[in-house]
Amino acid sequence: MKTRFFNAIAATFVLLLLTSMLLGLTLESNGTELVIQVAEGTRLSWIISGAVIVFLFQFFRNEISQGWQNTRSSMGNAVPTSISEKVKTTSQLSGLKTTALCFLVAGLMIWPFFASRGSVDLATLTLIYIMLGLGLNIVVGLAGLLDLGYVGFYAVGAYSYALLNMYFGIDFWTGLLAGGLLAAFFGFILGFPVLRLRGDYLAIVTLGFGEIIRILLNNLTDLTGGPNGISQIPKPDLFGLEFSRRAKEEGNVPFHEFFGIDYSSGYKVIFLYLVALLLVIATVFVINRLLRMPIGRAWEALREDDIACQSLGLNKTAVKLSAFTIGAAFAGFAGTFFAARQGFISPESFTFIESAIILAIVVLGGMGSQIGTVLAAIIMTLLPEFAREFNEYRMLMFGLMMVFMMGWRPQGLLPMKRPHIEVERKPQGVVSMQSDNLTTSGNQLVREV
Amino acid sequence: MSQPLLEASDLNMRFGGLVAVDNVALRVHSDEIISIIGPNGAGKTTVFNCLTGFYKPTAGTIRFKGEDIAGLPGHKISRKGIVRTFQHVRLFKDMTVLENLLVAQHRHMNTSLLAGLFNTPGFRRSEAMALDKAMQWLERVNLLDMANRNAGNLAYGQQRRLEIARCMVTRPDLLMLDEPAAGLNPKETEELDNLICELRDHHKVSVLLIEHDMQLVMGISDRIYVINQGRPLASGTPESVQNHPDVIKAYLGET
Repeated sequence: MKTRFFNAIAATFVLLLLTSMLLGLTLESNGTELVIQVAEGTRLSWIISGAVIVFLFQFFRNEISQGWQNTRSSMGNAVPTSISEKVKTTSQLSGLKTTALCFLVAGLMIWPFFASRGSVDLATLTLIYIMLGLGLNIVVGLAGLLDLGYVGFYAVGAYSYALLNMYFGIDFWTGLLAGGLLAAFFGFILGFPVLRLRGDYLAIVTLGFGEIIRILLNNLTDLTGGPNGISQIPKPDLFGLEFSRRAKEEGNVPFHEFFGIDYSSGYKVIFLYLVALLLVIATVFVINRLLRMPIGRAWEALREDDIACQSLGLNKTAVKLSAFTIGAAFAGFAGTFFAARQGFISPESFTFIESAIILAIVVLGGMGSQIGTVLAAIIMTLLPEFAREFNEYRMLMFGLMMVFMMGWRPQGLLPMKRPHIEVERKPQGVVSMQSDNLTTSGNQLVREV
Repeated sequence: MSQPLLEASDLNMRFGGLVAVDNVALRVHSDEIISIIGPNGAGKTTVFNCLTGFYKPTAGTIRFKGEDIAGLPGHKISRKGIVRTFQHVRLFKDMTVLENLLVAQHRHMNTSLLAGLFNTPGFRRSEAMALDKAMQWLERVNLLDMANRNAGNLAYGQQRRLEIARCMVTRPDLLMLDEPAAGLNPKETEELDNLICELRDHHKVSVLLIEHDMQLVMGISDRIYVINQGRPLASGTPESVQNHPDVIKAYLGET
């Protein structure tokens, strides 16, 4: 009871702390100087009612979840509790980790409001690379298919949005979906010839594919504008609210007018950052789920031993195709976002060096490891920025660092961790699961051993 | 006897000019342990590869439960209920023991993408059932303590046991073991002997075995096929094969 009370108080305190800063204070310009003022009454009442709700929910959390469980079991499709308890350890993070993660995400969301415009922009770029790294990690790290043409799918995503917008005027969010789906489709198409190849041969074919896409984009001048690229790609909007000074489309209201605040180009940068963050969080979530699903395990099994996979009834072709398709889809999402952020794309942006960098991110981070990939993406995008003063020696340093990394930690920065599943220890000789003839005969043999 | 579980006849496998398998025929009935023996290079493993779809036999028919399966791809044959192990251990070494067993149950699980992404009750139930099955078999082969270890870190004998458990969680009708006792010490071989008998007696699985350990083979087999230089040499009960003059000649050489 006591801990519950303290938990509820703590949660409410965090809420108050956050909301009072974000909602409770307003900045107003008084002549030349900025004055911090307490917001008007309606906002304060919102904050207080929010705090009350959070407090009550935290305090009665057990009862609420109990009630939810009951309704579910009365619906008749509840998971038997003993079994669901057991699976929980595999698929859910511990409480402490969840809290830490929530704080991290909250911190990342608040950060751009205090950071400089340049660093937010750089962070957005980093997030794009994180997404690309995570996507390629599926293909290379998990399924073990060396893909040197990953940038091709990135280009497909970017050009899908740019072209669909140019010819049909679709908006960013539809374009995001279309870009992802089209890239996935290209991944699927490429998957077919790739299925029979492995190792080096596969790498060469995918390398060729990446180049084909780029050269096609370069030469289909009528459709894609060739080397001139496509410009004036619209930025993402927030439920129809644009972030420009004046609405580009008739009847649209710009963001700042809708909320009655002054125009600032900084909002756009922050919004782009938040969209990228959202995409990365979604990517991490999806890949995390995939890893705990049969398909994710099948990818890894295929990387380890494809002959054993076949003998266990796994369809190699289907498993490889799914890895390629899903990996490509993430590149497509990243590409769409990239196009929207830049506002201008040309085949120049999708050269082989991009593929190499993304691959380096995956290898540097540790094959299959998500946190490693995120870390490596941050290093790979930030380091060139910080090393600008070294000018042309920058790439040399970069290469040297890679060489040393591979010598020092060939398994990557943070090697992948296996999911740990708690094994219930049972009293000797008693098996609590469905009685099978296994149980009786099994145990006497176990004792012999 | 009723319809055999597996029936291969006139099986031929040629690699260019080399005839690796020449008119081999064999039958496996339900709940039988059948062994294939023969000197090194006799073509035993090639027969296995033909039966399980790793090679497409040049000629001959293979019927499993009355259905022609010759030339089907490996994973399809496996799904019909024939699983095999390999001469060399082929585990997923960088995955945990438990994950090895979960991968093997792939086709029995809820593989729907959406169900998995949203972690629906149906998906969780399917995962939990697979986990239960894996636990049962781990307990049976005495590897429960190793469940979270990487399979590659197990001792050799444990890896062999895990491989059999991994086959069994796919719920096969016919288990094909390629030299399961190779590299095991006498005690482990005895355990293997017990395990194989148990599979037949309690799990309704027929076992087709390639093995060089004659003590094991003669002890547990219901029938034995002898292959020499790709050709069938003899077949029958352990006693009749042991005393067959051709078999003695093939193994001990011309005297």
